[in-house]
Amino acid sequence: MSRATRALRPAVTPILAIVTAFIVGSIFILITDFNNLSKLGTDPAAAIGGALGLIGQAYYAMVTGALGDPDKVGTAITSPTARSVATAIRPLTETLVAASPLIFCGLAVAISFRSGVFNIGVEGQYVLGAFGATVVAILLKDTVPAAVILVAATIGGVLTGALWGFIPGFLKAKAGAHEVITTIMLNYVAAQVVLFGLRSDFLRKAGSSEPISKVLDFVRVPVLIPLPALRLHWGFVLALAMAVVVSWFLFKTTKGFELRASGFNMHAARYAGMSATGSIILAMTLSGGLAALGGSMAVLGDVTQMSNDISTGVGFTAIALALLAGNRPLGIVVASLLFGALSNGGHLMGIKTGIPADLIIFIEALVIMFVAAPGLIRWLYRFDATRMPKRFDDNAAAKEGSAA
Amino acid sequence: MRLELRDITKRFPGVLANDRISISADRGQVLGLLGENGAGKSTLMNILSGLYKPDSGEILIDETPRTFTDPRQAIEAGIGMVHQHFQLVPVFDVVEAVALGAESVSGPLGSFDRKTARARVLELSQQYRLNVNPDAKIEDLPVGVRQRVEILKALYRKSDILVLDEPSAVLTPFETEELFGIIRGLAKDGTTIIFITHKLNEVLEVADKITVLRRGRVAGTVDPKEATRERLANLMVGRDVELTVAKGPAQPRDVVLELSDLHVRDDRGHMAVNGVALQIRAGEILALAGVQGNGQTELVEAIVGLRAVDSGDITIDGKSVTKSTPRQIADLGVAHVPEDRNRDGLIGAMTVAENFILDTYHREPYSNGIRLNRQAIDERAAVAVKDYDVRTPSIHTYAGSLSGGNQQKVVVAREFSRPVRLVIAAQPTRGLDVGSIEYIHKRMVEQRDQGAAVLIVSTELDEVLAVGDRVAVMQGGEIVGVVDGDDATYEKVGMLMGGVH
Ligand SMILES: Nc1ncnc2c1ncn2[C@@H]1O[C@H](COP(=O)(O)OP(=O)(O)O)[C@@H](O)[C@H]1O
Ligand SMILES: [Mg+2]
Repeated sequence: MSRATRALRPAVTPILAIVTAFIVGSIFILITDFNNLSKLGTDPAAAIGGALGLIGQAYYAMVTGALGDPDKVGTAITSPTARSVATAIRPLTETLVAASPLIFCGLAVAISFRSGVFNIGVEGQYVLGAFGATVVAILLKDTVPAAVILVAATIGGVLTGALWGFIPGFLKAKAGAHEVITTIMLNYVAAQVVLFGLRSDFLRKAGSSEPISKVLDFVRVPVLIPLPALRLHWGFVLALAMAVVVSWFLFKTTKGFELRASGFNMHAARYAGMSATGSIILAMTLSGGLAALGGSMAVLGDVTQMSNDISTGVGFTAIALALLAGNRPLGIVVASLLFGALSNGGHLMGIKTGIPADLIIFIEALVIMFVAAPGLIRWLYRFDATRMPKRFDDNAAAKEGSAA
Repeated sequence: MRLELRDITKRFPGVLANDRISISADRGQVLGLLGENGAGKSTLMNILSGLYKPDSGEILIDETPRTFTDPRQAIEAGIGMVHQHFQLVPVFDVVEAVALGAESVSGPLGSFDRKTARARVLELSQQYRLNVNPDAKIEDLPVGVRQRVEILKALYRKSDILVLDEPSAVLTPFETEELFGIIRGLAKDGTTIIFITHKLNEVLEVADKITVLRRGRVAGTVDPKEATRERLANLMVGRDVELTVAKGPAQPRDVVLELSDLHVRDDRGHMAVNGVALQIRAGEILALAGVQGNGQTELVEAIVGLRAVDSGDITIDGKSVTKSTPRQIADLGVAHVPEDRNRDGLIGAMTVAENFILDTYHREPYSNGIRLNRQAIDERAAVAVKDYDVRTPSIHTYAGSLSGGNQQKVVVAREFSRPVRLVIAAQPTRGLDVGSIEYIHKRMVEQRDQGAAVLIVSTELDEVLAVGDRVAVMQGGEIVGVVDGDDATYEKVGMLMGGVH
């Protein structure tokens, strides 16, 4: 087997899952398209034609919304002005903006899952990280140069989120509190902390009664492409860098080895002299910090104002993404880009065709469902199960071990 | 009834579990089915009992071909099965456990006619000297008696053919003897018996005819009167094997491990180790015998630092380790081969190479403190695979996909890669093929001869007698006797294991 095919193997199921999700998505478009449905009796040809046209239109809008409009790209090439180029690449950059928090949070989930702890609190750690960054930034406003504020706010955000991961890690390691429960609860606490903080005049936008912070216009993560109306900033590059770092950490370092060993088989790790409690706490802290870095980048880079709306469920989508990617850092980047593209393209589809953008959530859910049920995909496409990569969990390994 | 299986073939994904197997047993005959783990014995019996459908082949009962599509049909045809991992409902009493599900007991309106059922259970129990109290709760019964309940269950359903899949695995030597008595009694009354085991002595003792399976095929059928242990082992493994452990006399020196008045609790808080005192010297092997569940597991966990000590003391080379962590204890030169290698000894989802360094990954040359040195790890694995004859497609193969024998070699290779002062090996050869057993024993003796103190915990009498320079027996959390290797006989140790007998 060549390196390339080996690398692609784990992608087979997700790709088929995505294709299938889009097919099922078009059925959804069809049955909610009452215009054409009502014509089915009187003028079936027109009805079918119209319906197929609508599906084409919808997916076309989705793709152009996510990647760019060929016409505008053409204009940008024939008469390249700052404005025309910006217009042409804006959809693509927005996709990357949408993908960045997913990458951070997906990596955060992967670190915890690989270590055998189920951090469902990435959402709270992300939000609280953004909040911590906001507090530090506003505290330092007008005292030090913007660059210093940026660094300090990022660090403050990361530490806040790391603490938010440390707490459930500590509770599990020392008191046996199940992390799924504590992290879910801490998600609520995080949201309340943010609401409470944003009630203070110190943080709240002057004259607003909503729980929304002052605009962070005095500090900004530098943009990547200096063209008008492009929000893409270095946070995206940092996200990619983190994917590399996480991958290196997990597979190339001593600590990463320890975390993975504990994650696969806590008993054997303990027997080998590793500290299970240490691994749990470390994994949760790193996971929280990573999610918070994403939150900090969002609030300091593109959202520029803190509120609980900073997250649209990023931390929960990230769990699905990590699953989709089999907790592989590279896979998480790819999956995040896909989901970023879907949500970004969905907006344009909604505007152009009137199909509710909820379809996107529907398709995302289908993708996840099909990935979670690989048997379904294998059955649908009748491909040889024995040629799929073997998945090892302790159970399967145990079974084979005892049978042999 | 006469039973014959003809050319049975059964394939599982990737394994040919049964390859044209033919066996037969006459009425009243005890057929011993001998084979190593994975030879296909259970599969064959599951086909006979209607749990699996054979890919091809025939089942003949009194020369009539039969097909069973579910276990109920097999039971109706008179086939009773005592499975290797038998399951009884713990809250039932014996009568309920035996009679429920057997149609004949449904009284009017399908209600359970307990009185009739109880009378029959009692009658059968007496007839075959099973000595089972019909009113006892299953959960209160020792495992040996539970097994007799399983046999009762088969008899209750009027089985003419009784299959016992590795029945002695859970029994004391004394209980095994009792079981053999029961088997002989049943056979005399005309029941056809298939007795499955991987223990040579057992088939030689109880079977009228022995069929040996090897890797899914019949390796030979022999008459026990003419068979020897060596011949049977050869058929089982496919080559000659050393059945006795070759070792010179022990040369015990200074005390390495000392346990004094040790008390350790199990997970439920009961005192599992109750005042154990024991010394093991450098250069000797102490074999700790005992039936599963008499505190051996907890004792070992306490020694290697995985379980808190309630009271008493453990010293290694005079240093108390009662409060030390597993890593600190390992660093004193303790090699630990855990009882449950899949759970505790290996990480199945990591590679063979990674498993070799599970305990040393944080040290030079495998790590510089932060980064792993993949090259050093791979080099180490390549050497260990060769030294310990681990059969693996590659050092990057998942450890979970190796056979049990090779997994154990990985564990042993890892544990012996550090300087060894004390070896703690719990059930080191459980589930292994004869070849691997021979190999692991050799390595243990080698450690002894290089001056390590060795503790081998085992439930297998054969193993205990073969390797122990001294044999201690543990029963109910206590050491009930220590016998010198030369005086240790099957009867003597077996009696100590059985408790009062
Ligand atoms: N349900 C099953 N699915 C797949 N493989 C199986 C199954 N049962 C047994 N096997 C395989 O068939 C072979 C024979 O197993 P088994 O009959 O249990 O052996 P034995 O009882 O002699 O130890 C082994 O390689 C085992 O892994
Ligand atoms: Mg078996």
